[in-house]
Amino acid sequence: MLAYIVRRLLYAVPILLGVNLITFALFFIVNTPDDMARMQLGVKRVTPEAITQWKVERGYDKPLFFNASAGGAAVLSETVFFEKSARMFVGDFGRAEDGRDIGREIVTRMGPSLAIALPTFVLGLFVAVSLALTLAFFRATAFDVWGVVLCVAAMSVSGLFYIIGGQYLISKVWRLAPISGFGDGLDAWRFLILPVAIGVVAGIGASTRWYRTIFLEEVSKDYVRTARAKGLGETAVFFRHILRNALIPILTGVVVVIPTLFMGSLLTESFFGIPGLGSYTIDAIHAQDFAVVRSMVFIGSVLYIVGLILTDISYTLVDPRIRFG
Amino acid sequence: MMDFQIVVLWSDILVWLLLAAGIGVGVLIARSPPLRAAWRRVGGNRIGMAAATVLLAFIVVGLLDSLHYRAALASQPGQARQYAVEVLSLLDALAKPLRVENEKTYSAPFATRLYAKETLEVPGLGTVREFPRLQYGGSHLGEREDAVLADAAFTAFRFAVLALLAWLALAGAAAALVGARAQSLALTSTSPPAPTQGASGYWNRGNSRHPDPLSPLGGERVRVRGAVYQAACAEFHATAPHPGPLPASGARESTSHPPCHQQGERREHGQLSSPQISATGWQRIWCGETAFAWDAVLATLAAILLVALPLFALAGQYHVFGTDKVGQDVLYQILKSVRTALIIGLVTTLVMLPLAVLLGIVAGYFRGWVDDVIQYLYTVLNSIPGVLLIAAAVLMMQVIIDTHPQWFATAAERADLRLLALCFILGITSWTGLCRLLRGETLKLRELEYIQAAQAFGVSSGRIILRHILPNLMHIVIIALVMDFSSLVLAEAVLSYVGIGVDPSMTSFGTMINNARMELGREPAVWWSLTAAFAAMFLLVLAANLFADAVRDAFDPRAA
Repeated sequence: MLAYIVRRLLYAVPILLGVNLITFALFFIVNTPDDMARMQLGVKRVTPEAITQWKVERGYDKPLFFNASAGGAAVLSETVFFEKSARMFVGDFGRAEDGRDIGREIVTRMGPSLAIALPTFVLGLFVAVSLALTLAFFRATAFDVWGVVLCVAAMSVSGLFYIIGGQYLISKVWRLAPISGFGDGLDAWRFLILPVAIGVVAGIGASTRWYRTIFLEEVSKDYVRTARAKGLGETAVFFRHILRNALIPILTGVVVVIPTLFMGSLLTESFFGIPGLGSYTIDAIHAQDFAVVRSMVFIGSVLYIVGLILTDISYTLVDPRIRFG
Repeated sequence: MMDFQIVVLWSDILVWLLLAAGIGVGVLIARSPPLRAAWRRVGGNRIGMAAATVLLAFIVVGLLDSLHYRAALASQPGQARQYAVEVLSLLDALAKPLRVENEKTYSAPFATRLYAKETLEVPGLGTVREFPRLQYGGSHLGEREDAVLADAAFTAFRFAVLALLAWLALAGAAAALVGARAQSLALTSTSPPAPTQGASGYWNRGNSRHPDPLSPLGGERVRVRGAVYQAACAEFHATAPHPGPLPASGARESTSHPPCHQQGERREHGQLSSPQISATGWQRIWCGETAFAWDAVLATLAAILLVALPLFALAGQYHVFGTDKVGQDVLYQILKSVRTALIIGLVTTLVMLPLAVLLGIVAGYFRGWVDDVIQYLYTVLNSIPGVLLIAAAVLMMQVIIDTHPQWFATAAERADLRLLALCFILGITSWTGLCRLLRGETLKLRELEYIQAAQAFGVSSGRIILRHILPNLMHIVIIALVMDFSSLVLAEAVLSYVGIGVDPSMTSFGTMINNARMELGREPAVWWSLTAAFAAMFLLVLAANLFADAVRDAFDPRAA
C-alpha cells in the first residue's frame, strides 16, 4: 500500500511539470512579458523605460529558459521559468500586482473558502443521496417519473439564477439572512446559511439524477434478487444491501472533489463577498493579475492530483475486492 | 428595394458549415441501418421529439441571425455607394421595430411610461416630476393608457386565432403525409402477413413497449418508459388545442382502442381518396400509431405558434419583456442571444470532436508509447481546473486582441473572432472526457475477433480504424455531442459573468445577466430583463437536456 502511494506520488511529478509548462507557455510565450507590461501599465503610460522598469520590478527581464550570461548552475536558475514556475513546487508563489505575498494570501483565504465549501459539499451529498434513494425506492411510479423530470428541470436552470434569485428572495424580500459579507469566528454562521443553502439547492438536480442511476444499476444485480428470494422485505433489501453497495461508486466518485474544496467556488464567493480563494481568483482575473492566476492554476492541479490519489486509496478501503500491489 | 452588401463573418461560415455537416451526417446515417434504427427510436420518443421541435425553433432564429449584411447609405447620384458601418443580420431586418424603437431607459413589460421620473414641462402647469410617456411602447393607444390590458388581450387573441389556423394547415399537411405513407406501406405489405404484425412493434415505437433483448434492465426500463409516455401523452393532449374528447392515456397505449383498431383494418382495403388519406393519417397521429412521434411534434408546434405569433404581434406595439438600461427592447436581446448560445454550444464541439476522436482511437488502437503520450497529455489538461485554464487562456487571448487592433476592421468582427476564440478554448479544454471514453472503448474493440480477422487479412491500420472501429464508436460520439451542448450554454453565462466570456459588446445570455444582475437591488426592482434571460436560457437548456436524454436512451442500451 505504502509503495503504491509513493509510486503514485512520483507519477504526479511529471504531470505537475506538464501543468507548469502549459501555464508557462500560456503566460510567457503566447504573450511576451512586454505585452503584459503594456496591458498592466495602460495605454497612456507605455514608454520603453516604463516597460523595462515594470519587468525588472517583477523579475521578468531575465531570459525564459537559458541564461547564457550567468555562470554555473545560474545558467538555469537565473531564468523566468525557474524563478516564476519551478519555484512553485516548493510553495514560493511570488508576489501579486499589489505587492502582497501570494503564498500567505492563499493560506489566510483558505479558511473562509472551506467554511462555505465543506458544509455545502456534505449537506449536498446527504440530500442528493437521500433523494436519489427515495426515487429509486419508488422506481417506475409516477413519483419517480416526476422526480426525474424535476431533476432535469433543476439541472437546466443556470447556477447564476439560483444565486441571484436566492439572494433577492431570501435576503431582500424576506430579510431572513444577510445578503453578503463574512464575519470572524463563530459569528460567521449567519453569513454562511444563505450561500450554503443555495449551493446545496443548485447542485441537487444533477447529482440526484446521477445517484439515482447508480442505485437503479444496483437494483438489477443478482445479489438483490438473492436477497429478495431469501424473503427479505423491500426496506431491508434497500438499506442493508443496495444502499451499502451503491455507496462504493458514490463515495469513490466524490473523493476526487474533496481536496479541491480548498479552492472555494468562484461564483458563490464573489456574489456573497466571502474573502476566500474563489473571490481571490475572480478578482485576479478582473485585474488581470497573471501571477495570481498562475499560482491558482498550479494549486488547483496539485489538489486535483491529490484527489485522484485519494480516490485510488479509497477504493481499497471501501471495496475489499480491490487490492493494489 | 434596399441595396446591401453581404458580410460574411467567420462564425457565419462555421454555422453554415455545421448545417452542411449536419445534413451530410444525416445522409451517412440514412445509409447505416443500425444508426438509422437508433434515430428512428429517437423519433419515436415523444418527449425527445417535443424537445427537438423547440430546439429547431431556436436554430431557425440562430440561422436567420447568421446571414449578415451592411445596408447601403443614401447617396447622391454619381457618388460611389457607401455602406453603413453597422453589420446587420436578416433577423435584425425582420425584427426592425424591436431594434430601432429604443426608449430612454428602463421600462416594465407592457408599460406605457418610463421606469424613472423625469422633470417635464407641462403647458399650463409649469414643471412637474412625472413618469414620462414612452416614445414607442403603447404609443398607438394615444391618451387611452388604461386600455393596455384590453388592447393587448385583443391583439393576442386575434393572433392566437391566426396561429391556430396556421397550425391547422401544418397539421393537415402532416396528416396527409402520414396517411400517404401508411397507405403505401399497407399496399406493399399486404401479401406477406408477417410484416404488418412484425413491423407493428417496430413502427409503434418499438422501444417503448418491447424490452430490449440486449439490455439486462430491459423489463425494468420498459416499465419506467411506459409511465413516462403515459404521463407525456396525458400532458400533450391536455395542451393540444383540439376539439375532441380526451382519450384516457391508458386506453391510448393499448392496441384494442376501438377507432384505432378499425382504422388498422380499413387500411388494408386498397386505394383511398385523398381526403380519406388525410383522415387516415390524422387518425394514426391522434392514436399515436405513427413511428415518428407526430403527435408530440404537432402539439409542441401548436404551443410554439400560440406563444410566438401573439408575442411578435404585440412586440410591434409594446415592449413585451420591457426595456433595459439604455432602453433597448429585451425581447430583441433575447433573440440575438440565441445565436451566441448556439455557436458556443455547437462550434465548440466542432473543435473538440476531431481532437477527441483522433487521439482517443489512436491511443486505444496503437497502445504502447502513443497511448502513454496521449494519456499524459489528457491527464495534464484534466488536472488543471477547467475554469482556471479557460480564464488563463482567455486572458492571454485578450492581450493578443488588445495588442493587435489592426487585425479587425469593425467591432463586430472583433467580437466575432473573440467568440470563436472562446469556442476554441472551450474545445481545447473539454475534449479530454470524450477522449478517455473513446480510448477505453477502442481498447475493448481491438481485441474482438472481427478486428483481429481484419488484421490477419493484412488490412491497413488506417482502414481498420475508419471502417471497423469508428462506426462502432459513433453512438458514444453522438451521445457526448448532445450531452455537451446544454452544459456549454450554461457555462457561457457563468464565464461571461466572471469576465472571461464573450465580448461585452456581443449580446448573449451571459452578458444580459451580467448587465442586469445589480438591477434587482433597485427600488422597485427591475426584474424583467433578468427573468427573461433566465427563462429563455432555461427553455433552450431544458429542451437540449430532454433531447439529449432521448438520444442517449436510443443509442445506449445500458443507460437507465
